Amino acid sequence: MTELVKVENLRVIARSDSGRETPIVRDISFAVPRGKVVALIGESGSGKTTIALSLMGYARSGCRIAGGSIRIGGRDILSLSASEKAKVRGRNVSYIAQSAAAAFNPAKTIMSQVIESAMIHRLTSRAEAEAKAVELFRALALPDPEGVGARYPHQVSGGQLQRLAAAMALISEPELVIFDEPTTALDVTTQIEVLRSFKSVIRDRNTTGVYVSHDLAVVAQIADHIIVLRDGAIQESAATEQILTDARNPYTRSLLAAANPTAPAQAAPLAADAGEPPLLEVEALVAGYGAAGSDGLPAVTVLNDVGFTLRPGTNLGVIGESGCGKSTLARVIAGLLPPAGGTVKFRGETLAGSAAERTKEQLRSIQIVFQMADTALNPTRPVDQILGRPLTFYHGVKGAERTRRVRRLLDLVQLPAHIADRYPGELSGGQKQRVNLARALAAEPALILCDEVTSALDTVVAAAILDLLAELRRELKLSYVFISHDLSTVRTICDDVMVLYAGRKVEAGSRAAMRSAPLHPYSDLLVSSIPELRTGWLDGLGKTGGEMGLGSAAVLARADRCPFFSRCPSRIESLCDTQMPPVRRLAKGTDILCHQSEAELIRLQADLRATAAAPLDRSLPGESRQ
Amino acid sequence: MNNTMSRLIAARLGVMLLTLLIVSLAVFVATEMLPGDVAEIVLGQSATPEAVAGLREAMNLDRPAPVRYLLWLGGLLTGDPGVSLVNNIPVATLIGGRLGNSLLLAGVTAAFSVPIALTLGITAAMWRGRLYDRIVSFVTICVVSVPEFMVATLAVMIFAVQLRWLPALSFANDVQSLGELLRVFAMPVISLSFVISAQMIRMTRAAVIDTLQSPYVEMAVLKGAGQTRAVLAHALPNAIGPIANAVALSLSYLLGGVIIVETIFNYPGIAKLMVDGVATRDMPLIQTCAMIFCFSYLVLVTTADICAIVSNPRLRHK
Repeated sequence: MTELVKVENLRVIARSDSGRETPIVRDISFAVPRGKVVALIGESGSGKTTIALSLMGYARSGCRIAGGSIRIGGRDILSLSASEKAKVRGRNVSYIAQSAAAAFNPAKTIMSQVIESAMIHRLTSRAEAEAKAVELFRALALPDPEGVGARYPHQVSGGQLQRLAAAMALISEPELVIFDEPTTALDVTTQIEVLRSFKSVIRDRNTTGVYVSHDLAVVAQIADHIIVLRDGAIQESAATEQILTDARNPYTRSLLAAANPTAPAQAAPLAADAGEPPLLEVEALVAGYGAAGSDGLPAVTVLNDVGFTLRPGTNLGVIGESGCGKSTLARVIAGLLPPAGGTVKFRGETLAGSAAERTKEQLRSIQIVFQMADTALNPTRPVDQILGRPLTFYHGVKGAERTRRVRRLLDLVQLPAHIADRYPGELSGGQKQRVNLARALAAEPALILCDEVTSALDTVVAAAILDLLAELRRELKLSYVFISHDLSTVRTICDDVMVLYAGRKVEAGSRAAMRSAPLHPYSDLLVSSIPELRTGWLDGLGKTGGEMGLGSAAVLARADRCPFFSRCPSRIESLCDTQMPPVRRLAKGTDILCHQSEAELIRLQADLRATAAAPLDRSLPGESRQ
Repeated sequence: MNNTMSRLIAARLGVMLLTLLIVSLAVFVATEMLPGDVAEIVLGQSATPEAVAGLREAMNLDRPAPVRYLLWLGGLLTGDPGVSLVNNIPVATLIGGRLGNSLLLAGVTAAFSVPIALTLGITAAMWRGRLYDRIVSFVTICVVSVPEFMVATLAVMIFAVQLRWLPALSFANDVQSLGELLRVFAMPVISLSFVISAQMIRMTRAAVIDTLQSPYVEMAVLKGAGQTRAVLAHALPNAIGPIANAVALSLSYLLGGVIIVETIFNYPGIAKLMVDGVATRDMPLIQTCAMIFCFSYLVLVTTADICAIVSNPRLRHK
């Protein structure tokens, strides 16, 4: 076995603004054999991206490579001069960045950027490079391979950009490709398509790769060998199969456990009195952005005819991919965005569209927790002021009583009392999200709108926040509207689930009902797209609906066809594209927006499973292994 | 050029015209509020009330303010800004030659300072933190802190009085050749360039550094691009908007704010004309000069905005 990459005792040091130096990569040694893919796994701050970048002799500003050696194909990378390093970058080693949307220069065409490394290193003529790029676009299953190069980055979707970034890395036929979290920013249904095309390209070209990720399930599909990192040191290094089935290191085991969420001890929905009015009733909601047109609809309609009922003490999970309108729904309920049509009723009373016109009591009862605690918390206020302000505003609490209540809130979210004097910038991501939650709890609400509250967190931290949410709900009799793009998260804490697609409710039902076939074709795609923690899952998967093609966004707003038509594996031509589907009640108790009959859906989904050669109960990742 | 862009540009031009109208109203009201009666000033202390009243009527001063505003605005639009109250010469004639002089000085200064400032700003950003960058940053800070009258006076003392290389006074009228032009303009242009370059250098450096930190520039470096390519091909096209704004704001100073330099070099420009107008309460002259300054300022800022719109690929390629 010949080694292409050999890293020995690599050390990288970060220098803070005050001049203090902290090691962020400590004595790392590993090797990558030719034609194999090695994964670097870890949470944020584990040093995985820093290690990957140092393979190109590159350190981000504020960091420097302090010691060790990196040999790639016999070249000692760290001893090269700056211009020699530039000759290796993009030629021998190439890089696929986490966010392709940011890694593409908005001012240049895609083609000029894809072939740039071939031009810089004078590998071929421009015409040959462009021909080769088109070939790569085709291999990566991009729509319109001839035309996509002439476009600008903002004109193509995120999933396509990520594949274009792969083409950009492969154009120079490098010896080593570094994949830095290339699918993290994508929706699950898109991720699956991108992973599939990466995998086939890696296999066809016998590429040697270093794959950086925080997601064990994704890595299990692509890597031959996994290195688990924590705080810049290697915790465990073994073949993929062994890590997944026989992890030795306790930290690896905790990562595996967090990647595989089990439902926390779930109290059955608090028994609701039959006579008690619903907590929240949303009816025929229409909302969007931009000035209203002559038909009363906003310029961009984001939510269309969405309705649901939330009983006291129950939770509703809202899922869907980015742009489906789930955050807009939370903003409408909170009064941040007045709806263009429909009503929101809270405890039987119709709420005013804008928060400014709601009573203080209504405002207090409904609180919202935003995804990014970083931007939701004022960085110039200490925690006790962040929490004290709503206490004074809603309850008129002041002085010693306020201090006591702040301490109680911190206690509720399981933070130590001394946090009260800290500023948000001094807290970790998980701590910030807890403060963010405590701020909502300060109002003593009946309903909390959680907008992707765990999406920006590492898996282990996110699991702890979910546990906290479940506990708070039991103690304080709260209801949540829990918005997420992650079906497994929603299923661990919600009683009811609503699936949104392109601003329409395509399926809604109880958590249990959402686990049994048949599902709405989009829900089915979502379920089958969640990567599973076993090797070979991706290979065994049948054809999925895939991501949206070019220009399909315009189709979404049309009222005369099913919004999911262009991606649906079960569509009926000349029916689904000419009529909006009816709402159909299935025997298991869910409502779906679909033209297909129940029997037909069962048959079609069983067929999809059969071609996938995967177990039929695959719709239950998590449970099936418990 | 697509629809969105044409619409945005048309909207910018519309805003510019509206601003100009509001400014004209503000200028008119402000000059109305200046104390003193022009007729009395013109005729002197010994004037009889009848003479003053006659002159007021002849000057339209007895008509209500809104009517005078509309008369004045109509005159401006048709190219007739009125007659100087002080010496009965049409304002257009008074301003005509002076405006040409001012535009010439501004043009020469811009042609000289913009390329130098942009080059310094971009190169300082490229070698950020190195000795070169520190020297450029230090010198621009020094230059921006020294008042222009000091730079101008020092220049006169050294180059005109001591060395006798350059003329101390600048009369643009007697320029016959290019060499003479350079000699005449050298000192005012250098003094003005000192003032306006510092801001352009600092803003250009900041704008380029900002884009240099973006992931797509890091990606270019990881593709093997050298420093020059990363800056010129990747960072610069995305920094055009802020740079155009910095340039426009700096250049806008060249028309209205050059009074000190015009005074020291006795340069017959429009700023000096306006100050003289204020001293003699010559309303039509003041109003017209103020409108010219506002107009040129708006033209520059709007041009910068249009540059930013046109350089944005999201708007250019819908």
